Amino acid sequence: MDHSGISVLFEGTNFERLLGGLWVTVKIAAVALIVGLILGIVLGVLRTFKNRPLRVILRLYLEFFRIVPTVVLLFLFYYILPREMNFNLPGDQLATLVFALWVAAEMSDIVRGALISVPQHQRESGKAIGLNRYQLYRYVLIPQAISLEIPATINLATRVIKTTSLLMLISVMDVINIGQQIIEANNHTHPTGVFWVYGLIFLFYFLIDYPLSWWAKRLEKKRLERANG
Amino acid sequence: MVEQILQVEHLEKYYQKKHVLHDINFHVDKGEVVTLLGPSGSGKSTLIRCLNGLEEYQQGTITFEGKQINPTEKNWQQIRQKIGMVFQSYDLFPNLTVMDNILLGPTKVQKQDKFAAKKEGLDLLTRVGLEDYANAYPRQLSGGQKQRVAIVRALALHPDFMLFDEVTASLDPEMVRGILNIIQDLADVDHMTMIVVTHEMNFAQQIADRVIFLEDGHILEQTPSKQFFSAPQTKRAQEFLDSMDF
Repeated sequence: MDHSGISVLFEGTNFERLLGGLWVTVKIAAVALIVGLILGIVLGVLRTFKNRPLRVILRLYLEFFRIVPTVVLLFLFYYILPREMNFNLPGDQLATLVFALWVAAEMSDIVRGALISVPQHQRESGKAIGLNRYQLYRYVLIPQAISLEIPATINLATRVIKTTSLLMLISVMDVINIGQQIIEANNHTHPTGVFWVYGLIFLFYFLIDYPLSWWAKRLEKKRLERANG
Repeated sequence: MVEQILQVEHLEKYYQKKHVLHDINFHVDKGEVVTLLGPSGSGKSTLIRCLNGLEEYQQGTITFEGKQINPTEKNWQQIRQKIGMVFQSYDLFPNLTVMDNILLGPTKVQKQDKFAAKKEGLDLLTRVGLEDYANAYPRQLSGGQKQRVAIVRALALHPDFMLFDEVTASLDPEMVRGILNIIQDLADVDHMTMIVVTHEMNFAQQIADRVIFLEDGHILEQTPSKQFFSAPQTKRAQEFLDSMDF
């Protein structure tokens, strides 16, 4: 006999399993973001230096991760690199690596954009009081760039969290993959289960991403209010 | 004999192919106030910016306090602590309070004791009438107040030499007097050596010991101030003075 669809969420350990999947998702996104943001700031600063070969290499790195679709990147790292270069990592670690490299690439562009939009006069005023390059970045340019880049960075974080939904393609037991398993296992008893499982997943993603997106909007509004006096 | 603090010899500057400074030669004595005058685009700002390494020059030498400057960025970082500069656009660092703006150079570059530097910063702020604004952020200050803080920020490094690049050009007229008084005070009380680029002819006349008149990247004349304003040597300088409303 058919059950009402929503009960599929509470059969056995289904709900705990979905929460566990969500935890995997959040963990991968969080670690990738932390590592990627730090690496991205370093790369972004390097991209504002005059050294031409360095700039070209970092630009190519950015374009590679920006142009190649994330799915292709995941497949590349998951299927091709192990075979060609004998580079083996479990799916979740590999996913974290790919996402961190992607975040670093995007972040480098955000940081670079923010740094070069700090007015030239600020740089000169800093030099005029004898600051060296490190001090100029540390005390003058980076603090000013951060307030410009925070909204874009939060938006990047929401994109990363959403994109973790691709992880099932490389067999990571994320929330989507577990949801899919539950749907398939309960297909006979709960024909409308798919609606409820994905509905819950929708809610999960919404609860994580919406506050971030709201926060980004609020910070941007505050910054503009401050900038316009 | 008066000690020379700065000598510029045969300085040439190009922007790509454009020749902007031609064979610049002059010196500044210790305690002397030199104003750089000339029409817009004559190279005044470019020249003054060469003197603390914000612009590169392609030929010639600058000698500061008896030592010829080897113009690498690292050397300039040292020299800039001795040559203070204030700009037209009074660029305080908006992320720092007034006091932190002032302390950045003394504590991070010169590693002065923070407590002593702070006390001195406060004295300097008092001198320019802004002692109540130490903890304000630049956005809470008027243009004239920002420019006064910018002057204090430069002085906090104990420079031997100050460069003022059109420091009143973007201020409201009623703010200009206050800034000029501070510069005048530096000349009279501290006997600070300085080069002042300005369009305020009355002020130039009042403060300068000597005028360097620049046009199209050439120094046309260097004359004691009194003589320059009463009877300049060149026809171009006379025309320039006639065109200025003062």
